[in-house]
Amino acid sequence: MSTVFIALQTNEDTRPIVEAIVQDNPDAIVNEAPAMVKIDADGKLVIRRETIEELIGRSYDLQELQINLITMSGNLDQTDDEMTLYWNA
Amino acid sequence: MDMQVAKKKLGLKERYAVMTRGLDWVPSYQKMEDIYPYMSYEGIKIHDWDKWEDPFRLTMDAYWKYQAEKERKLYAVLDAFNQNNGHLNVTDARYINTVKLFVSGISPLEYVAHRGFAHAGRQFPGAGPRVACLMQSLDEIRHAQTQVHAVANYNKYYNGMHDFHHAHDRVWFLSVPKSFFDDAITAGPFEFMVSIGFSFEYVLTNLLFVPFVSGAAYNGDMGTMTFGFSAQSDEARHMTLGLEVIKFILEQDPDNLPIVQRWIDKWTWRGYRVLTLVAMMMDYMLPKRTMSWKEAWEIYFEENGGALFKDLARYGITMPKCAEQIALEKDHLSHQAWSTFYNYAAAANFHTWVPDEDEMAWLSAKYPDSYDKYYRPRMEYWREQAAKGNRFYNKTLPMLCQTCQIPMVFTEPGDPTKICYREVDYKESKYHFCSDHCKAIFEHEPEKYVQAWLPVHQIYQGNCFPEGTDPTVEGFDPLAAVLDYYHFESGRDNLDFEGSEDQKNFDAWRGMATKNV
Amino acid sequence: MAVAAVKAYQFEPADRLENFHGAQLLYVGWEDHLLFCAPFAFPFPPTMPFRAVVEQALPDAFGYHPDFAKIDWSTAEWFKSGKPWAPDLDKSLAENGLKHKDVLRFRTPGLTGIKGSCS
Repeated sequence: MSTVFIALQTNEDTRPIVEAIVQDNPDAIVNEAPAMVKIDADGKLVIRRETIEELIGRSYDLQELQINLITMSGNLDQTDDEMTLYWNA
Repeated sequence: MDMQVAKKKLGLKERYAVMTRGLDWVPSYQKMEDIYPYMSYEGIKIHDWDKWEDPFRLTMDAYWKYQAEKERKLYAVLDAFNQNNGHLNVTDARYINTVKLFVSGISPLEYVAHRGFAHAGRQFPGAGPRVACLMQSLDEIRHAQTQVHAVANYNKYYNGMHDFHHAHDRVWFLSVPKSFFDDAITAGPFEFMVSIGFSFEYVLTNLLFVPFVSGAAYNGDMGTMTFGFSAQSDEARHMTLGLEVIKFILEQDPDNLPIVQRWIDKWTWRGYRVLTLVAMMMDYMLPKRTMSWKEAWEIYFEENGGALFKDLARYGITMPKCAEQIALEKDHLSHQAWSTFYNYAAAANFHTWVPDEDEMAWLSAKYPDSYDKYYRPRMEYWREQAAKGNRFYNKTLPMLCQTCQIPMVFTEPGDPTKICYREVDYKESKYHFCSDHCKAIFEHEPEKYVQAWLPVHQIYQGNCFPEGTDPTVEGFDPLAAVLDYYHFESGRDNLDFEGSEDQKNFDAWRGMATKNV
Repeated sequence: MAVAAVKAYQFEPADRLENFHGAQLLYVGWEDHLLFCAPFAFPFPPTMPFRAVVEQALPDAFGYHPDFAKIDWSTAEWFKSGKPWAPDLDKSLAENGLKHKDVLRFRTPGLTGIKGSCS
């Protein structure tokens, strides 16, 4: 499968989000670059609201991710609970 | 006892449906084709506009909320950076030349993109794409504004940025990005969406806004880092929409496939040619480098673009043919671009220089198959000559490609020692091209490109001197007149970095920042 | 192909001969010498002898290169639109058959740029 990725700004808002992504996608690879962190996964990457909420201790709207998002790759499907990046082939 | 029952909130999908559907109406006393006159002439067939869906499911209320938050963050960072003389914390003053290139070459494109999406949004009959175009149009003007605001701080201290928009419309090398966007905005709304929304945003902007902006952060430029990443967060949405546009158009009618494929082929190449500037920014203009142009290309085009086109194969879309030539150029592009600006440093609004010994070693390591063999001897010679007071300034104007408008600096695919020449005879005149791909783009729509405002030819026609200039007087200096027309001050805005006012000022100010004087 | 458009789409080319005040464009590139990043564009009157191109314009444009002084013009090979071509130095550009926007290349055997790098 091809690689999907999401890149976020490196800051205090995204530290627990990256942690949540790694928890939910144990095979994802975290690449740290100056001021940014890029997370690669094979074929599919899922970001779950509940995991983030557990780590930050407050409710979280996945659309908040827009604020610290840098870029991404793959088809996207976003709901209230999950944001999924995937390739079909 | 009455129980207070919380009113159930709508889910994201329902909210998106409510906020982007049924907002329009079927006209009763005007014909649809009069209201949307550009919907059919490009040959694209759409049967059901409601099939369009934004996968972020972003609605206007949420859009305002998150964009406002982005702006607050961005301006807080900018204020802090400026308040603390952050410009003196960049690695060295050579870096600032990337900012000059950015504001004169790229920021004006953001503004044109704003206009382009406003126009496309007006033309589409579907409410879903209209909302998406509205957001993108607002994003683009935000990018233009935040970039200008961020760079304004540099403009207080450094040269070359004072009249960037005037320059954008006139200067020889800025005709490359300008004509690229002019080509897109003068196409129909569907081609515009594929050119900018898909080819440029999805396939190419990552190269500019991700590794380059990360490089800006690495070089201490918080201003560029913050506007760059803030812009790219919008781009992430644009990319997603760009991909949806392609899928939507292709799912609507099988006749759309060949048209879309041709646009993808054309615009991937056109966009790639514009990125020539970014290649040299990454390899030559960042004093501290994060990754080479070639490495960035491999991650963001070959790997990511490869995945994208594999995914689109189910619609019959294939990787653009130009990808083969691009693969051959990745070892050469940045070096050929930097050589060009080193040649014509007298006519640019930023400085160039020969890389120092450490930088050459880095280039050799990153480009083991090309740098030492083809480019190091050239640059070492320039360095020797400059040391003898004989810095090379090419004063003869170059031949340009009719399509991309870049000087004919690119070499034959597979032979980096030979300039690639292509030509076409059209209606009793000759037209010249840098590549098979620029030639094919011309041949498909020659009437569009015969109008090209090629800066070199315009100078020779006498159209690039200040009003009232008489080029027939004794001792007329055409370069000086052209620089006047550009609003560039010779000896200040142009020439080598070594000995420039920027270099002297930066050294003096940084000295003051670290010592008591 | 015609441009897809909502009405007739035809425009004058921006670079018609008559826009150049009596000059015509000639492009000249020196093979194997990419120190000069691109071929040059020159506006020359069609009546100008080709000798003036070789003896005046080219030294101005290419003279910076250490190989330029070593050129033996009697062995130089010329190409017009990529095909072998022989100029008559004493005839004008027009008499040499050069038209507006023609492109010439010349190769100088034995000279291959800085340290043989074709620079």
